Amino acid sequence: MSLLLYRIDDRLIHGQVVVGWGQPLSLRFIVLVDDEVASSEWEQELYRMGVPPGMDVYFHTVAEMADAYASFANDARAGLLLVGSIETMQQLVQQHPDIRRVNIGGVHHAEGRLQRLRYVFLTHGEETALRDMQQHGVEVTAQDVPSTRPMPLDEVLTAHQDA
Amino acid sequence: MNDTPVVVAIVAGHGRFADGLVSAVDQITGRGAAFIPVSNTGLGPADIDALLTAALDRTGARVIFTDLPAGSCTMAARRVQRARSDVVLVTGANVAVLMEFLFAAEGPLGTPLAGLSAVAAIAETAAEKARLTLAVHGG
Repeated sequence: MSLLLYRIDDRLIHGQVVVGWGQPLSLRFIVLVDDEVASSEWEQELYRMGVPPGMDVYFHTVAEMADAYASFANDARAGLLLVGSIETMQQLVQQHPDIRRVNIGGVHHAEGRLQRLRYVFLTHGEETALRDMQQHGVEVTAQDVPSTRPMPLDEVLTAHQDA
Repeated sequence: MNDTPVVVAIVAGHGRFADGLVSAVDQITGRGAAFIPVSNTGLGPADIDALLTAALDRTGARVIFTDLPAGSCTMAARRVQRARSDVVLVTGANVAVLMEFLFAAEGPLGTPLAGLSAVAAIAETAAEKARLTLAVHGG
C-alpha cells in the first residue's frame, strides 16, 4: 500500500485528515514532516491526541526524511505523508523525485496571501513553488476532503474567491 | 442595573458550530450573549490561537468549549492553555453543557484567577450532566 496521499495542510493532524481521508483510505499511519513539530515533544503529544487508536503517527524533520522516506514509501500499510507548508513539500519533492502527486488540503489566510479557494490562500512565492513542482512532473491538485472534486493546479491559480 | 452581559465562556468549532450552539442557547434562554462564538473557517492555527486569546483577554472568560477532542480549535485551545495557566477546556460541547454551565456559573463567576478551581469544578459538573443528554431512543 504505502503512501497514498501527500498532503499540504497547515492544520496538520485534524478531523479532515484522520476521519475525512483516514476512513475511506483506511489509513494506518501518518508521517508528519515538520522541523518545528519534530523538535517539540509537547507539539508531538498534542498531535498524538488527534490520532485514533489503530493509526500510528511518526514525526520527522525534512533532513531526516532523506533516509527515513524509503521505509514509509515501502510500508505495507496505507499511509499519509503530511506537511504544513508548500515550502516543506517542495523540499521533499526535490529530495524524492518519485513523489508524483501532491494534494493541497488547506493553506489558510496569512499576510500577503490571496484567497483562491475556501481553503486555499497563496502568496506569489507559494504559487511559483507549486508551478515549479508541476513543471517537474508532479500532479498538484487541491482537495480538502475526498467527496469534493480534486481541482487541478491551473484551475486553482485562476480562481479568485472573495472573503 | 448593569446591562452588559458577563461573558462566561468562548465556544469554538468548525464551520458554524459555535454560532449554531450559541444561537440555540439564546433562543432557549435569551442569554446567548454570555458566550463568544469562534469559527476556524479560513483560519490557520496561529490565527485561531490569536482569536481565542483575544476573546479571553477582552472578556475575562476562563472557559473554552470546543466541538471535538482533537480538531484544530481544540489544538489551538490547548496551546492557549499551555501559554497561560488560567483556562479550562471542555471538548465535545453540546447545547446542554453550555446551558448547564451558564446556569451554574452566573453566581460565582466574574472573579479573577483565584476562582479557576471553582470554574473547573463548575465545568466538570456541567459536563457530567450534559453527558446524560446523549442517548439513543428507539430501534
